[in-house]
Amino acid sequence: MAECVECGAEVALHDGIEIGEIIDCSTCGAELEVVDTEPPVLETAPELEEDWGE
Amino acid sequence: MKVGILYSRIRRDEKLLLNELRERDHEIVKVDVRKQRFNLSDPPEVMTDVDILVDRCLATSRSLYATQFAEAYDIPVVNDHATAEVCANKVKNSLALEGAGVPTPNTDVAFTKDAALESIEDFGYPCVLKPVIGSWGRLMAKIDSRSAAEAILEHKETLGHYEHKVFYIQEFVDKPGRDIRVLAVDGEPIGAMVRSSDHWLTNAAKGATTESIEVTDEMAELVETASDAVGDGLLGVDLMETGVDENGDPSGYTVHEVNHTVEFKALNEVVDVDVPARVVDWLETTARNETEVTA
Repeated sequence: MAECVECGAEVALHDGIEIGEIIDCSTCGAELEVVDTEPPVLETAPELEEDWGE
Repeated sequence: MKVGILYSRIRRDEKLLLNELRERDHEIVKVDVRKQRFNLSDPPEVMTDVDILVDRCLATSRSLYATQFAEAYDIPVVNDHATAEVCANKVKNSLALEGAGVPTPNTDVAFTKDAALESIEDFGYPCVLKPVIGSWGRLMAKIDSRSAAEAILEHKETLGHYEHKVFYIQEFVDKPGRDIRVLAVDGEPIGAMVRSSDHWLTNAAKGATTESIEVTDEMAELVETASDAVGDGLLGVDLMETGVDENGDPSGYTVHEVNHTVEFKALNEVVDVDVPARVVDWLETTARNETEVTA
């Protein structure tokens, strides 16, 4: 579990989370970036930029 | 081998890749490009002893610079900078395809609103206005009338970044509600899917439904030529069917673009092929070849 930095709710994390992965807070819907895994730490994910893509 | 992954976000695609690399006991260095400083002569320490770098940058601008720095440091990187340069920019992409004789939608580039309007009127309605740099179907405009064209061009000219003042105008291809994505390594297809939608945009990112499709000899030949035209690598080649024959089969294709930091999670879900395994097979071969060249 980790804390949502937007709403403070507990966010359930799946096994094998990766630093750099984005997860959604099921309480407030915020996009959160995993910045550490031991212990898990979440930050608000960057906003979509115009040059993102494949 | 020691593999460096250039990234700023770990998508499902990168997770598939990381899992496959770990299963094969390759050493992985995750290089978050947001945290690096790229000196003209000294590479970031984290990149110094990798056998190969894999560019998975989500941001095109970072992809272009990071690959150029990697090459300046003599660190093998896939896809290479030249391929990224061509694929990241729709003008360069279209010129490369046209130059290689690959059928591609007819396109004009204009630098002013008046010149762009002339192109639009020549193409007729509908036609398509695309950003030179962009992905996932964003900021694409299907222009149905002169009044819509005038409004869109004025908005782009007034509100846009300078790159939005390079107007990329393309014929509208009346595809049969779907387009085709072929994932290929150095021109050899790994798998393909059709992306279908009632909307004129059929990007998977726009919610199109996906299913596998067999790569025909004609498609394979186009993919090989298109891949070569942009410098090869791990690529997503996008094709549209331009018509059907009396048997209901496609009578021709046009290649509208080639993608250089290609996403493959959707493809992996619909094809029988183990896509990340095939990608890592190719990475291993590429890294081995690079080692032999530099030895």
